[in-house]
Amino acid sequence: MAEQLGRAAPPGILARLLESDLFYSFTRSPVTVLAALITAVMMGAAAFAPWVAPHTPFDLATLDLLDAFTPPVWVEGGDWRYLLGTDDQGRDVLSTIIYGARVSLLVGFAAVFLAMFLGVTLGLLSGYLGGMVDSVIMRIADVQLSFPTILIALLIDGVARGLLPRDMHEEMAVYVLVFAIGISGWVQYARTVRGSTLVEKRKEYVQAAQVIGIRPWRIMLRHVLPNVMGPVLVIGTIHLAIAIITEATLSFLGVGVPATQPSLGTLIRIGNDFLFSGEWWITVFPGAALAILVLSVNLLGDWLRDALNPKLR
Amino acid sequence: MIGFVVRRLLQSILVMLAVALIAFALFRYVGDPINNLVGQDTSAVEREQLRRKLGLDDPFLVQFARFVGNAVKGDFGISYRHRRPVAELIAERMPATLELSVVAALLALVVGLPMGVYTGLHRDGFLSRSFMALSLIGVSLPTFLIGILLILLFGVVLRWLPTFGRGEVVAIGWWTTGLLTVSGLKALIMPAVTLALFQMTLIMRLVRAEMLEVLRTDYIKFARARGLSNRAIHFGHALKNTLVPVITITGLQLGSIIAFAIITESVFQWPGMGLLFIQAINEVDIPVMAAYLVMIALFFVVINLAVDLLYYLVDPRLRVDRERAAGHG
Repeated sequence: MAEQLGRAAPPGILARLLESDLFYSFTRSPVTVLAALITAVMMGAAAFAPWVAPHTPFDLATLDLLDAFTPPVWVEGGDWRYLLGTDDQGRDVLSTIIYGARVSLLVGFAAVFLAMFLGVTLGLLSGYLGGMVDSVIMRIADVQLSFPTILIALLIDGVARGLLPRDMHEEMAVYVLVFAIGISGWVQYARTVRGSTLVEKRKEYVQAAQVIGIRPWRIMLRHVLPNVMGPVLVIGTIHLAIAIITEATLSFLGVGVPATQPSLGTLIRIGNDFLFSGEWWITVFPGAALAILVLSVNLLGDWLRDALNPKLR
Repeated sequence: MIGFVVRRLLQSILVMLAVALIAFALFRYVGDPINNLVGQDTSAVEREQLRRKLGLDDPFLVQFARFVGNAVKGDFGISYRHRRPVAELIAERMPATLELSVVAALLALVVGLPMGVYTGLHRDGFLSRSFMALSLIGVSLPTFLIGILLILLFGVVLRWLPTFGRGEVVAIGWWTTGLLTVSGLKALIMPAVTLALFQMTLIMRLVRAEMLEVLRTDYIKFARARGLSNRAIHFGHALKNTLVPVITITGLQLGSIIAFAIITESVFQWPGMGLLFIQAINEVDIPVMAAYLVMIALFFVVINLAVDLLYYLVDPRLRVDRERAAGHG
């Protein structure tokens, strides 16, 4: 990494990427390549859902109740139009999964960005300013860290539901979720950034910047921030997996996104009602999609952590 | 020593007060408590009387003090939905949650510890690699999904185990237990396994890491040089020294197990506090939410405090460190 930075006249981003240590370690790990592929395919499918999905599951005009509870193709009674079968309303399960992954990923990414923004800001302030600001932020972080994330997310979700009038619950659900998951996850970022900021603060380039009278906020943003972002990306990747699980859990518990705009968790909850009557595919396939997505993101995060950590080389 | 205990106690009380403040703010400012207590046809005058009677006109601090005072006595008001004292509701549900959590914690420890020791000793064995791969999958599968898959396999396809509820329970005083009946035990299996799996992987990874660390130390090399058997080294010397952090983490995790029980209880319709809490969130039943919040916080604070103090007693190095730090500070 260091030699990469020291190189004069960079030969274009792609060439540099292909030559980097990071890319080398990436190609050396088949599991990681596979995980990256799966993640890319799932994210791509989710992003382009209207073009990729074989059906539009939420367009009532195209639904036919006669198609309800069609099993997957390879099971007796399956229909080639519905590869993974249909649910109770005749919606194609594959299509609902693609649209559901869209909601799950959207909430996941938004929550990660919120948590990252909050955590990095507070961590920078805490580390750079020190003193009272530092102790207040870090005490709050300590207290929050002693409770599990899911509990805090549930609580914020519950409070938000209490504050909003009942008829707004559905339309605000996605924002409430992002808010709840984002707020419950900032501590990791803040602690890491604070730690690295404390180290960077004592280095000469920061002292030099201070001596020539650059304002503190500018030093924080332009000088310290770029140097503390590495670990943040690793935490972000792993946090994405956690955020997706948290969203699915909240939706499964019935306090997440509503059934009109289902995420993978909502789909699993809906399918759960039909488990006992034998329609297992309605819940098992969204569950499998969720597990594969989270596993792939986790593997990517693990690899990124090891690859960026020079101690492990 | 006394200074440390006092400081730690004060810190715990502060956290509890902060949580109580959140709970109180919830109770007082989210929705109107009066509206939730009376019917549609109550007149404005009656509402005003009730408001005064309940002391909702008093200054903030007085109200907060009263809330804390009542909470200490275990009085959290009346549930909006069930129309019964919250304390009663929680006391009814607590045995179910505690039984589930303790059984899950023991299960996680009993299975996770040997797996961790094994993977630590045979680092590159086939079985170790499978355990590690499984643990990654275990971390990636959300709790509720594991529960659903277990229900599908053992409840729907094989029909071996009941899929919801606690089975028959026996009352011992105010405590109800499902551990004494066959149906109760059968009903406990799947929820306990579901709840234990995540902690199991955690304990396994922790024990493995600790074992690897300890096996590299000089005293293990010395023990080998003395010609002690592998068995004596691994279990008499190495394992013993990994146990302190393992027990600490398991203790700390007991709190999260109780919190994660919310999900498991919801999947298996287990009649515990977690299910009560989820229903309360869905129905915006604020007194129940506030009470659950304070209860859980109390659990966490007490567990953290106990673990900290025990650690301090068990590990003499900590005491020395602290004294040195205090001397320099």
